[in-house]
Amino acid sequence: MSKYLLDKFLYTVDRDPELVERYRDDPAGTVEWWETEMANSILGCHTGERSTWLAFTDDERDALVRQDHVALFGMGAHPFLTLTLFIAMFERDHGPLEYQIAYGQAMKHLDLPYPDIAT
Amino acid sequence: MATLAAVIASTHHPFYLKASTATGAERPPFADEWVSKIEAFRETLTRAEPDVLVMVGSDHFHQLWLDNMPQFLVGKAPHYDANWYNEEREFGLPRFRLDGDEELSSHILRGGLDRDFDLAFSNELRLDHSITCPIITLRPQADLPIVPVYTNIFAPPLPQPKRFVQLGKAIREMVESWESDKRVAIIGTGHLSLELGGPRQFGEHGPDPDFDRKAVEWIAAGDIEGCCGEVSLESLHLPGNATHGFMDFMLMMGAAGEGVKADYVDSLDLFHTMEAYFTWYPEGALR
Repeated sequence: MSKYLLDKFLYTVDRDPELVERYRDDPAGTVEWWETEMANSILGCHTGERSTWLAFTDDERDALVRQDHVALFGMGAHPFLTLTLFIAMFERDHGPLEYQIAYGQAMKHLDLPYPDIAT
Repeated sequence: MATLAAVIASTHHPFYLKASTATGAERPPFADEWVSKIEAFRETLTRAEPDVLVMVGSDHFHQLWLDNMPQFLVGKAPHYDANWYNEEREFGLPRFRLDGDEELSSHILRGGLDRDFDLAFSNELRLDHSITCPIITLRPQADLPIVPVYTNIFAPPLPQPKRFVQLGKAIREMVESWESDKRVAIIGTGHLSLELGGPRQFGEHGPDPDFDRKAVEWIAAGDIEGCCGEVSLESLHLPGNATHGFMDFMLMMGAAGEGVKADYVDSLDLFHTMEAYFTWYPEGALR
């Protein structure tokens, strides 16, 4: 399991307006492209050097393809990253604060302690 | 030596700008009261007549990332660009630029290292809303040079709460030992109880009003001992999953001093979170 890689996906998509739209419109294609092209890029490094070992588990890939924020929370993805990206993708389809409230409601069955988000 | 003109601690609410400038049906019912509280709070900084601001905040995964995460970082640059695309998108925050005070940055970096804080530094730092929100609320003309100090309250493993208190105390000592005739205000922002991306988010109040009440009492009284006796990295999960931002308030309590009561205390209960505002004037600081 790679909480780090889930976070890296959410972080890199959230900061790029084109990727936000692409992930909204084509989740499966975006996740596949990202894992092939982006998962091993070292973000704080100049281009040309890459890591060699980062990949999603099947469950992680599936949660990202289904855009399932509850599953991502359960896996310990950083909740701030998930929330920010999902607001960017889906708030527009709802009335004021409707999406944010429903987002929390979908997790009402969860009790403390929440999954560990340490990477 | 420099004069510590004021110590100011505040929540940072990225929606203040949007709420305070909204008109007609878009304007939330609490906006007028919020603006009036912010304007009174702003006056507490204006009265201190600062020349330089030390600004304590926490990057929200903008420039600082998990492949190279500092626990405490001091900016040392002549200028700082501020706010990011996703803050513009979600909060309507404008991009702007602040000047830096590199001399004070150097002094704090050297002094911090010599006091056993292994501070990271950045010569090119783009700031986010943890620092621009208090600029918008407290100094909207954004005309003073700053020294940004970032803390990690966000990406575990985090430093212990007591370390935040110690750093706040050390920052104050360093400001007061800076060979300068300038007046410095130390401003830091954090959170009371807060939940982001979890089941308790966006409720009618903050996720834990009891914690908020206690937290305001600790800060207002400068009760570092009482606060440190109850707060731990583990306990901060209970009031809300983003409540570790309270440790930036603890840093500011360290800067204000043990047992030193705040000269100005105010709060505002909003949906999702409680706002809280505190100002201390060190003895003889006001002209």
